Amino acid sequence: MRLEGKVALISGGARGIGEADARLFAKEGAKVVIGDVLEKEGRQVEAAINEQGGDAVFLKLDVTNEADWSRAVDATLQRFGKLNVLVNNAGISGVQWMGEMSVEVWNKIVGTNAMGCMLGTRAAIPAMRKAGGGSIINISSQMGIVGSEFGHPIYTASKGAIRAFTKAIAVHHAKDKIRCNSVHPGPIATPGNEARRRTPGFNERIQAQVPLGRHGRPEEVAYGVLYLASDESKWITGIELAIDGGWLAQ
Amino acid sequence: MRFKDKVALITGGARGMGAVEARMFAKEGAKVAIADILDKEGGALEKELSKNGHDAVYLHLDVAKSQDWRKAMEAIEKRFGRLNILVNNAGIRGELKDLVNITEEDYDRVLAINAKGTFLGMKYAIPAMRQVGGGAIVNISSLVGIIGSRGRNAAYDASKGATRVMTKTAAITYAKENIRVNSIHPGPIDTPMTEESYRDPEARARSQSRIPLGSIGQSEDVAYAVLFLASDESSYMTGAEIVVDGGMMAY
Repeated sequence: MRLEGKVALISGGARGIGEADARLFAKEGAKVVIGDVLEKEGRQVEAAINEQGGDAVFLKLDVTNEADWSRAVDATLQRFGKLNVLVNNAGISGVQWMGEMSVEVWNKIVGTNAMGCMLGTRAAIPAMRKAGGGSIINISSQMGIVGSEFGHPIYTASKGAIRAFTKAIAVHHAKDKIRCNSVHPGPIATPGNEARRRTPGFNERIQAQVPLGRHGRPEEVAYGVLYLASDESKWITGIELAIDGGWLAQ
Repeated sequence: MRFKDKVALITGGARGMGAVEARMFAKEGAKVAIADILDKEGGALEKELSKNGHDAVYLHLDVAKSQDWRKAMEAIEKRFGRLNILVNNAGIRGELKDLVNITEEDYDRVLAINAKGTFLGMKYAIPAMRQVGGGAIVNISSLVGIIGSRGRNAAYDASKGATRVMTKTAAITYAKENIRVNSIHPGPIDTPMTEESYRDPEARARSQSRIPLGSIGQSEDVAYAVLFLASDESSYMTGAEIVVDGGMMAY
């Protein structure tokens, strides 16, 4: 098992890509902390993992809240004794504010996606130092690298911030043996974008733009996250892993 | 096992990174064709893998020769009946000289093996992959296929840059046929090819000082990335790059 003996904290772990990460990590032997604001869904993922013989716990975690992060890391250490892996996965797309370029919307999207990632990283580093190293995986987007008519420009900014922040953390903390990499999913079919995918013509437009011709599945992102979390990637830091159906290659 | 029932061809598979990949692939259940011009080392690896219960064969293959590729594909078809995975790993370093001092012959030789070899590999493997409804190609480029290297062999860097972009073109072109093509970009790795460069302790220390994670990489670090891109675990990835460099490119 690739994450045997490791403890992982996954933000936004109650559904979508984060849920797939949590389930796959548990299958690979990790003890998993599911952090999310979605309590009902988070409890269900926790129960499902534990029923299958895994070791998971749900914690309420609003990634924009500093106190929540402190509590989440403390609870992780109390329950499992250490922290080896952090997946900064929680995020919002902001498509409901498409066309609106305001300070409020900026603060909402950048505040959740980029600041949430910073707060998680800040909270996790001391615990990882104590563990003799660790792996941080930040979920950016293909839109952290290129612009797209499908994404809010402020979402793109927030994901671009995560991309560059990842490299800085990688460089600053390589000496602590803390690796930090970013993942750049293309269009992935998740509960969060289900309504949008039901809009007539939307899927066809996406599929026309993805070389592989389809949405990705959360599990397909989770395997990339697993690779970066495990020691199989022990000499990798500061990289970008595009899991985008070929979006960025064109 | 991540490669149950898969057939993989690894060029330059007789030693170094290619041999580590061959062993890892076999352990994960793949049937492995080890292709190289180093017949002695390749034959020994075939024996080693067979002795350990794996299904492996060594094939003589000069990657710069079309005829060799045709023969290798025929041999794989005959032995295994299909091809699912190609790792274009074979490569040479070229003269350890700067651009002005590289000979034209060396430039041509490096490009023929590193870039044309990768091109020919894809040219001959893709039709075979079509027959089984898809496949995965992993091209070994380099960190210097993305960024420049001060005073080093420009021909090598050019060949690796060519590999990088060819990868993306092939990825986009054959995506609809479920043939995925990705590239790997290793930084300084201890291999037989780089032995000469890192033998001098001062040169080694100089290289290490530029690597945030503090050490030269090992072949297995690259092999795990190859394994990931060759397996179905990366089924939504194509035209992508994995940099395996201890953090060098991040700063």
